[in-house]
Amino acid sequence: MAKQYVSATINGESSEFLCETQQTLLDVLRDVIGLTGSKEGCASGDCGACSVIMDGRLVCSCLVLGVEAEGSEITTIEGIAEGEKLHPVQQKFLEHAALQCGFCTPGLIVATKALLDENPNPTETEARYWLAGNLCRCTGYDKIIRAVMDAAAEMRGETVA
Amino acid sequence: MNYITSSLKIVGTRPVRPDGVDKVTGRAVFAADTRASGMLWGKVLRSPHAHARIVSIDTSKAEALKGVYAVVTAADFPEIPSEEAFVGEGPMNFRDLALNCMARTKVLYEGHALGAVAASTQAIADEALALIDVKYEILPHVIDVEEAMAADAPILHDDMFTTGVDPKPTKPSNIAKVVTFRKGDVEAGFKEADVIIEGRYTTQPVHQAYIEPHACLATYASDGQVQIHSSSQGHFMVRAYTAKLLGLNMSDIRVNPAEIGGGFGGKTLVYLEPLAVALSKKSGRTVKMQMTREDVFRASGPTSGAAVEVKLGAKKDGTIVAAKQVLKYQAGAFAGSPIGPGCMCGFAMYDLPNVDVVGYDVVSNRPKVAAYRAPGAPITSFAVESAMDDLALKLGIDALTLREKNAAKNGTKTHYGPTHQNIGFTAVLAAVKSHPHWKSPLKPGQGRGLATGFWFNIGGESTALVHVNEDGSVTAATGSPDIGGSRASIGMMVAEVLGVPASAVRTIVADTASIGFTHLTGGSRVTFATGMAATQAAEKVVEDLKRRAAQIWDIPVEAVEWNDGMAYPAGSNAGEFEPLGLAELALKAARTGGPIQAEVSVNAQGAGPGFGAHICDVTVDKETGHVTIERYTAIQDVGKAIHPSYVEGQIQGGAAQGIGWALNEEYIYNDKGQMENAGFLDYRVPVASDVPMIEAVLVEVPNPRHPFGARGVGEVPIVPPMAAIANAIRGATGLRMPDLPMSPPKVRAAFDAAG
Repeated sequence: MAKQYVSATINGESSEFLCETQQTLLDVLRDVIGLTGSKEGCASGDCGACSVIMDGRLVCSCLVLGVEAEGSEITTIEGIAEGEKLHPVQQKFLEHAALQCGFCTPGLIVATKALLDENPNPTETEARYWLAGNLCRCTGYDKIIRAVMDAAAEMRGETVA
Repeated sequence: MNYITSSLKIVGTRPVRPDGVDKVTGRAVFAADTRASGMLWGKVLRSPHAHARIVSIDTSKAEALKGVYAVVTAADFPEIPSEEAFVGEGPMNFRDLALNCMARTKVLYEGHALGAVAASTQAIADEALALIDVKYEILPHVIDVEEAMAADAPILHDDMFTTGVDPKPTKPSNIAKVVTFRKGDVEAGFKEADVIIEGRYTTQPVHQAYIEPHACLATYASDGQVQIHSSSQGHFMVRAYTAKLLGLNMSDIRVNPAEIGGGFGGKTLVYLEPLAVALSKKSGRTVKMQMTREDVFRASGPTSGAAVEVKLGAKKDGTIVAAKQVLKYQAGAFAGSPIGPGCMCGFAMYDLPNVDVVGYDVVSNRPKVAAYRAPGAPITSFAVESAMDDLALKLGIDALTLREKNAAKNGTKTHYGPTHQNIGFTAVLAAVKSHPHWKSPLKPGQGRGLATGFWFNIGGESTALVHVNEDGSVTAATGSPDIGGSRASIGMMVAEVLGVPASAVRTIVADTASIGFTHLTGGSRVTFATGMAATQAAEKVVEDLKRRAAQIWDIPVEAVEWNDGMAYPAGSNAGEFEPLGLAELALKAARTGGPIQAEVSVNAQGAGPGFGAHICDVTVDKETGHVTIERYTAIQDVGKAIHPSYVEGQIQGGAAQGIGWALNEEYIYNDKGQMENAGFLDYRVPVASDVPMIEAVLVEVPNPRHPFGARGVGEVPIVPPMAAIANAIRGATGLRMPDLPMSPPKVRAAFDAAG
């Protein structure tokens, strides 16, 4: 079957690509466009390593078809920092040592950004439930949750001792 | 040199890791992120049957499909004779590993590889797999460990005769070996005992469940040179296994370590690399392979499930006088469960006069087990530490007091031979006693559990290289894949010795052609052994820098001191000179002997064993059987925390994996021997909302055999959680849960059975 033409805005830039109808957005990002920051951990929407923000909504890009991206606005891990300036969530992940192997990290950072865009002042429980779709096998989540809460506080302009 | 009593500026602080920015921006390159021109996709044909003879494989239709460039089966690989392997972690045989990578005459578990294809797209590769015509003769299968031990069980290997028994058996069996350890006279000990506790416990196989599936990219060039990019815990291990399985010279294979997305022991052997190289050789193209999550569950190693019996005998005052254990560990389809450590670790925390331990290594129609964090120890400790709790209850002694009374100390001779030295178990128990968690009252409905754990930790062969670059900046290279922050800890030790900030040292993982041999990342050995090599390399560089300063100043080298990254004259007698820093010395390198660098290889001995104790509070929902972890504290002797954040991270991560093992994780099989929950939806690892904050308490009893006093820290934390949680459930409900996982249906059933 012929490939489909798709036009979307990815990380603020207009992007055009051809994809097979059955190709997922994750495959398109990784194999067609070359944005390999989004990871495949399960391809079934259970691990969250492929999390991206699509039209303001947090999605697993492995559960979205490439053709569904037509006309949409997508933010991937590569679009979180502003140039060389890290997003506060990225900075706090580094400061709190909230990563070990780093494989789940892109998805967790994207998911955290989506959380804080929607709820700038989450409780620990809200953060834990929001991130329950992002598996991390290394950290036990402790330092991730601390990084998330600290990033939220900083983005609200509060300083945390 | 030894820095244990030195005042340290870098070691013990918490700098940002050198590979951090790449990992928070998506730039870090994991194995599946690599691409090559003209690349093909490789896929594996896997058995749908738990046990079957391969009658025939016809690949002609697959080969004829447009877009298919190579198909391989066992016929494309050399037949490997039985030979004990010298690489990897845990017992391994080259023939078994070869047969695990590619079945030859029989498939031994659902998911067992028996063919592979390389095609221009993944879709064509999938189509080609469906065109391979395999005729199977289905054989009876066996999944359960005790059923596999039965006299009438289906036999997996006709040539497996149980070792470790006398006389040598004449009939093949699924029991690969029997291991025994005896100390004192256990029966006499039980006769002396006032109180005896007996229990039988079972655990289920659990998967390491790293989030990154196995992946590699391999090229076999027409001159026989092989390049592999892969995710593993040891690129030298990948090279050795690939060379052996394909009959190649190691020097013809260069393995580049990709970033590794978790391993926990599960990436200490190969599955894909030899297949990718064989496909590349046949097709003349680069081949990329990656497992699906289903493949990871069905075909890569979980750790053993087991049945364990424990008997403890104690005097009224709590002194344990006899301890007995029988352990039956699943090895999967090939021999090699962690039964040895299983037999050693259960009682290693205690000073016991009379011990009898028997262990069985048992094959069945499951994927071959791989190492998983403190291999074998969590299983045996779940049993022993559950029994200890029951013993404390029966004696009317507090759980901590019972452990204090019997705790192993320096000089305690273990039942498996060695005598404990420089251990910190009593310090760990003292930290439990004084911790606010242990002293805090329980809320209504809550139960509290305590359990302890032990792991040997290992040392072994490592190489590290320290360069002072032309501008005076520093690069440290090692052969150890960085699985959880070791680049940070290695760089910090080098920075400490050189007297420069941590950020001045860039640490990298060098490929197999660029640095001396380094044993894989496992056994909690990297910060200890590779750290030792890196420290020594940095010391050599300092000596060299002092010599160069002496040459420039024309004074004896003994008259030069090295402080805070600068050479100084040792005193006014030595002369008046402006100090020389790394940049100045690097600038003059050509005139003082050429490039400034040192490479050190070690075979590190004296990895200090680690001990931990976990305190856990739970509530149990009687209606649903759901267990909620309310509070969790993990206390561990870490020797010296080089980068405390990553030490805490190891402890928190290990504890969370233990929580999953305790409460949810298991392999579920149907009656055909097929796994029914090969995905993260049904194989349920802990998510953020399942766990509380996990407080990691670092006890530092220095290991005198490491320059900074470090011990391995990564494995101990997965040992205590299962019993800590079981004991907490016991405290909350009065129910002893002897079977893992303590999932809602099981807990609910236990309530129902208790009435």
